[in-house]
Amino acid sequence: MQSQTIDPAKTELNHHHAAEASVGHHEEHPDHRMFGLIVFLIAEGMIFMGLFGAYLAFRATLPAWPPAGTPELELLLPGVNTINLISSSFVMHNADTAIKKNDARGAQIWLAITAAMGAVFLVGQVYEYTHLEFGLTTNLFASAFYVLTGFHGLHVTIGVLAIVAVLWRSRTPGHYSNEKHFGIEAAEIYWHFVDVIWIILFGLLYIL
Amino acid sequence: MTQAQVQETANAPALDDEPGIRKWQDYFSFNTDHKVIGIQYLVTTFIFYCIGGVMADLVRTELRTPEVDFVTPEVYNSLFTLHATIMIFLWIVPAGAGFANFLIPLMIGAKDMAFPRLNAVAFWMIPPAGLLLIASLVVGDAPDAGWTSYPPLSLVTGQVGEGIWIMSVLLLGTSSILGAINFLVTLLKMRIPGMGVHQMPLFCWAMFATSALTLVSTPVLAAGLILLAFDLIAGTTFFNPTGGGDPVVYQHMFWFYSHPAVYIMILPFFGAISEIIPVHSRKPIFGYKAIAYSSLAISFLGLIVWAHHMFTSGIPGWLRMFFMITTMIIAVPTGIKIFSWLGTMWGGKIQLNSAMLFAMGFVGTFVIGGISGVMLAAVPFDIHVHDTYFVVAHLHYVLFGGSVLGIYAAIYHWFPKITGRMVNEFWGKVHFALTIVGLNMTFLPMHKLGLMGMNRRIAQYDPKFTFLNEICTYGAYILAVSTFPFIINAIWSWLYGEKAGNNPWRALTLEWMTTSPPAIENFDRTPVLATGPYDYGLEKADEGVPLSDPNPILSGGPNSVLRAEPDPAVAANPEDRK
Repeated sequence: MQSQTIDPAKTELNHHHAAEASVGHHEEHPDHRMFGLIVFLIAEGMIFMGLFGAYLAFRATLPAWPPAGTPELELLLPGVNTINLISSSFVMHNADTAIKKNDARGAQIWLAITAAMGAVFLVGQVYEYTHLEFGLTTNLFASAFYVLTGFHGLHVTIGVLAIVAVLWRSRTPGHYSNEKHFGIEAAEIYWHFVDVIWIILFGLLYIL
Repeated sequence: MTQAQVQETANAPALDDEPGIRKWQDYFSFNTDHKVIGIQYLVTTFIFYCIGGVMADLVRTELRTPEVDFVTPEVYNSLFTLHATIMIFLWIVPAGAGFANFLIPLMIGAKDMAFPRLNAVAFWMIPPAGLLLIASLVVGDAPDAGWTSYPPLSLVTGQVGEGIWIMSVLLLGTSSILGAINFLVTLLKMRIPGMGVHQMPLFCWAMFATSALTLVSTPVLAAGLILLAFDLIAGTTFFNPTGGGDPVVYQHMFWFYSHPAVYIMILPFFGAISEIIPVHSRKPIFGYKAIAYSSLAISFLGLIVWAHHMFTSGIPGWLRMFFMITTMIIAVPTGIKIFSWLGTMWGGKIQLNSAMLFAMGFVGTFVIGGISGVMLAAVPFDIHVHDTYFVVAHLHYVLFGGSVLGIYAAIYHWFPKITGRMVNEFWGKVHFALTIVGLNMTFLPMHKLGLMGMNRRIAQYDPKFTFLNEICTYGAYILAVSTFPFIINAIWSWLYGEKAGNNPWRALTLEWMTTSPPAIENFDRTPVLATGPYDYGLEKADEGVPLSDPNPILSGGPNSVLRAEPDPAVAANPEDRK
């Protein structure tokens, strides 16, 4: 196996490295954080996939779904909340676009709006919880509803905190720039992730 | 050029300086050096192995006689639950991560892992999780529903113990996910220039497959445990039939992780064995790509076979058929590996040192476990022996005869690199002999016991099983005794063993191209590949690598393995190569 001598210049990876070297790094070390974040989100996604799978399995095994006696879910508030969350993803994207244009001020504004929209979503969710006519242990649907939306709500909370943290850091002039903006980009990708999960969740729990 | 000049030009630290030696305090701190973390993992998990082993021997002592006469049934239930949980989640899985931490950056020529602080966080989740689990014995309500924690049983036994079990396993799962993220990013992004994926050592391939598997499957277990915790604490009924829930859903979620987990437990050691066998056989590995891709095939197939643990759980017939066939297919990539290892050894100059003995023991006993695995994959046979000692025998042949022997082989092989000292070969061989005898004496009769119909997880059994159980119990004592030569040998050799030099095995993978133990940032300059990782058949490669050059395959140097004549001074004096 591989008895030939390897010519470093001919391997694909080396070509890649050479190309990188000619462009020049902004930082001393190459940045693997974005790749790490994506790998992390695969793991996060799998937790949700597990929960969704369990939900679908319960749904498939029970004769009636939701079990008899479950009150109809009100769609207006969660619907508005969904639109709010989807829109906030676009707002968040503006923050990223702004910082790539070196517009730190603009990025801060968009970040603040996203965080506010996230907070509105959470308030809406809590409001919905307090007005639902079933509790955590009412029946299997109710339990699944609270655990799934609650677990998603936890992720929205983490997302809002991440955006606030990025916002807090961006007070330092030059902390983020068109060359160095991993924090904002990471918060953005996480936020999109939370958004996509919510769309699946909304479809499963409210519509299907 | 003389050796001294080489040393000067390489600007190598003198060997006496022992550049990799750290203060003992470092090993008790939040250190971010991957080598420190690797040793932390290995030592910590070995301590848990000893604790889990004591529990196993207590279980076996209870089973020496048919009556319940040694511990109460409640304690017995807790003992086998904790034994399994500790051995799986606190020994084999994190031990693989320990080797990966120590070896991956060295093997790919990196200075450290991609995320050193995350790495330290991942390690420091393990001791609290383990202490939590063991502390449950003290509070008098240890988990006792088996390591699978199947509801509804797990919901009606001890609440505190079950809660502790869930918390502990969640913590350990988080730790292994964080580790997997780190390994994946490191392997894919931090290889030295010139090292494409097909120049990676096979251990790296194996860890890539393992990490991908961990990443996809562990979160599903977490989801299952979250729902179980709600059932346990908040009174929901996801898995409780009395409230319309379905315990089989838990089994699906549990095995979606825990079946792949057996590959998470064996793949790293498949990788380690693929490193050890070519070095000690002085032959290039047979079928590099076959071994590499079969790891990926195993991890993919491993994800779609989980329900073969549930043939008796009332799943539909066509589903049983699907899981039976996919399970049997896994024997193919596994067989490819076995075949490649045997092909590597065939006609090689095999050096029967402790590392190689354990590696060969690994191959032999793993084959027995693999064959009983194929038998269990067949639905009719599985229904017949379900939850009997046949299953116990199978899983112990795979996990002890496979993973644990693999861990020992890897420890003996990399001990010189990790500590800078050689182990005592004589006591290593004593350790091997005792282990092999103890292992087969403990687990071989269990096949027969299972076929005779002895159930697992019971403290009391039909007196007709007594004789075989006595053999198993005495075998377990031999296994316990076998650990002592190892522990004493390891500690003594670490302190006073013969100096190992950089490359005592004359190996070609990159970790041997730096000092032993490696200096803080591994290599004093970025290594350049001049040879593949397993070019042992080549004449020059077999000359070995002179001690004086810490970085000898640097291109063009006089000691470059492929391009130069062997240094006559070194070739004339083989003692220098020790």
